[in-house]
Amino acid sequence: MRFAFHRFWAVVLKEFIQMKRDRMTFGMMAGIPLLQLTLFGFAINADPKRLPTAVVAGDQGPFTRSFIAAMRHTEYFAFTREFPTQAEAARALELGDAQFVVNIPEDFSRRLLRGEQPSILVEADATDPSATGPAIAALQNIAQNALDRDLTGPLEKLRAGRAPIRLQVHARYNPENITQYNVVPGLMGVVLTMTMIIITALAITRERERGTMENLLATPARPLEVMTGKILPYILVGYVQLTLILLAARFIFDVPMVGSLALVYAVALLFIASNLAVGITFSTLARNQLQAVQMAFFFFLPSILLSGFMFPFRGMPEWAQWVGSCLPLTHFLRIVRGILLKGNGLTEIAPKLWPILLFMTLAMTLALKRYRQTLD
Amino acid sequence: MDSADPDHVIDVVGLTKRFGDRTVVNGIDLRVKRGEIFGFLGPNGSGKTTFIRMLCGLLTPESGTGSCLGYDVLRRQREIREHVGYMTQKFSFYEDLSIRENLDFIARLYAVPNRRVAVDATIDRLGFTGRSQQLAGQLSGGWKQRLALAACLIHSPQLLLLDEPTAGVDPKARREFWDHIHQLAAEGLTVLITTHYMDEAERCHRIAYIAYGSLLAQGTVEDVVAGARLTTWEVSGPGLPALAEEIRKAKGVEQVVPFGNTMHVTGRNEAELESAIVPWRGGVAHRWARVPSRLEDVFISLMGQGRDNFK
Ligand SMILES: Nc1ncnc2c1ncn2[C@@H]1O[C@H](COP(=O)(O)OP(=O)(O)OP(=O)(O)O)[C@@H](O)[C@H]1O
Ligand SMILES: [Mg+2]
Repeated sequence: MRFAFHRFWAVVLKEFIQMKRDRMTFGMMAGIPLLQLTLFGFAINADPKRLPTAVVAGDQGPFTRSFIAAMRHTEYFAFTREFPTQAEAARALELGDAQFVVNIPEDFSRRLLRGEQPSILVEADATDPSATGPAIAALQNIAQNALDRDLTGPLEKLRAGRAPIRLQVHARYNPENITQYNVVPGLMGVVLTMTMIIITALAITRERERGTMENLLATPARPLEVMTGKILPYILVGYVQLTLILLAARFIFDVPMVGSLALVYAVALLFIASNLAVGITFSTLARNQLQAVQMAFFFFLPSILLSGFMFPFRGMPEWAQWVGSCLPLTHFLRIVRGILLKGNGLTEIAPKLWPILLFMTLAMTLALKRYRQTLD
Repeated sequence: MDSADPDHVIDVVGLTKRFGDRTVVNGIDLRVKRGEIFGFLGPNGSGKTTFIRMLCGLLTPESGTGSCLGYDVLRRQREIREHVGYMTQKFSFYEDLSIRENLDFIARLYAVPNRRVAVDATIDRLGFTGRSQQLAGQLSGGWKQRLALAACLIHSPQLLLLDEPTAGVDPKARREFWDHIHQLAAEGLTVLITTHYMDEAERCHRIAYIAYGSLLAQGTVEDVVAGARLTTWEVSGPGLPALAEEIRKAKGVEQVVPFGNTMHVTGRNEAELESAIVPWRGGVAHRWARVPSRLEDVFISLMGQGRDNFK
């Protein structure tokens, strides 16, 4: 006797009816996205340091080295990569491997010495303005002072008056540095994490608390049928929430959406399933509904704080980044921002999917293992 | 192991369950034949519910072997569940689902053929026609019991495990329930039923008495009463409460139970009991007569013994 569709379907129908009857939960499912959208319309500022920066050094001379050193000295920039061409550097920016790309033109030294005020182009991934803002502010000082020690003696006149170099900063993906652009897509992940985990954790704990579990266990329904039957209705709920937020993002916050919405919905399926599996695992551990909610919050807090939603990921201490990397929300946020703001396609996001897939597989396995078939 | 004896629907040996270091069911052997209505009696906390849960695979026994419907109770729980109707002691259907939705859910889980027809028939038989949309949570206690019973019959099980199905049910409904059970048993359904009501015990083909996890007696009601070897005297006359106070202290007197205008004095040792009541028998105020012991006297006596064994 394997997975039987009729039993799975029986559970699905039952869950739908119960969901319909439970006005409170139903309200919460629509209310939470709206509440959070309102709350997080405000930005939260932070001061992240050592952001990964790539260089395209057309000129390798001493002035270039001094300029780079000065940037490093601000502690906002960590030079991680060097690319021979601008195109490759731009790709790194698109993939999120670099937050900044510094372009030093080939004739930099020559034009500097001639007093022609050569320009340096700094491209920033500004999807999250709170992450890039302070670093960009620090750049303005550098333009003025970076070369002070090189320009001495006869060259001293080059830094008299106007700055010896001209700095051009291009904020990519979110040129106007509007925080909502970043926050609103992130909210999708946050809302899904919160509601999906709490609701599923409750759905099974409630059966145990009300005594209906004994009846359900005495029927031939198998764990996988019960579990998937309970998950399916909530996946639909998750999609409704997702749609609500996307609509708000588009029509209330005017968040530009360059990428494919279909891709967002597809990735969301994995993410929703991960969270539901976590919820079910919690429900097998919790003795009552209160404990289930507490556990859900235990998972939710690090998710919201360490995923890069609340604070820029790269501004967090290393241990926090490490914890954050284990959470599915972190990866979902990057992917969704990539799709919506940068127009990432399947090829760009595919390599970033595995952490979510791995998490989902582990959580599902744990949930199935923990789901008891007896009352022992 | 499967279907060792086709006549016995339940056939278990040495079934034992512990919770922590407490033995709640202690080596119970039980055989129930097809078509039999078997009553399971015992004081609160004696392990009746635990035993039934082990039969349908909801709890795993610590030791013991046996079969239920021919399937090994330890390994083939899934098959057992397909053919058993289990009515839990506490109402365990969904209070936020209507009567019809509950029945429909169960019928779908068991893949009942002609589901709609079966559900409608059950609703009609229960007398819920016209209010099948009412939420189960809004039903009165007795009606919940009746709904639960109907729901565990909907997939035509071969074995019914009923855990106090008539607690809180009015006499008329109780009678209807028992008529229905007897009718089903005549058609070959086997029923294991727990109850605290003596009149219900007497409606069973056979009964078993369990206390502190041990099976103390089993057989027909007559067997159990005879096996207990109790002597009971009935006394009537004035001042019975004062008499009860006095006589309770006498050696050989185990139970003194007021019974309307009479009183029953019961003991295990016939000779001791007779000598105990001698001082009062001589008087003219009271009339004494030997009467048959009742099932209740037997159970209370067994309960005392069970506690002795348990210590
Ligand atoms: N899950 C459990 N964990 C620990 N102890 C338990 C558990 N279930 C039952 N017990 C204990 O086992 C004993 C037997 O309980 P059980 O429910 O089988 O009694 P019962 O005969 O059905 O009583 P009642 O007539 O009151 O329904 C009780 O003392 C109870 O406290
Ligand atoms: Mg019980």
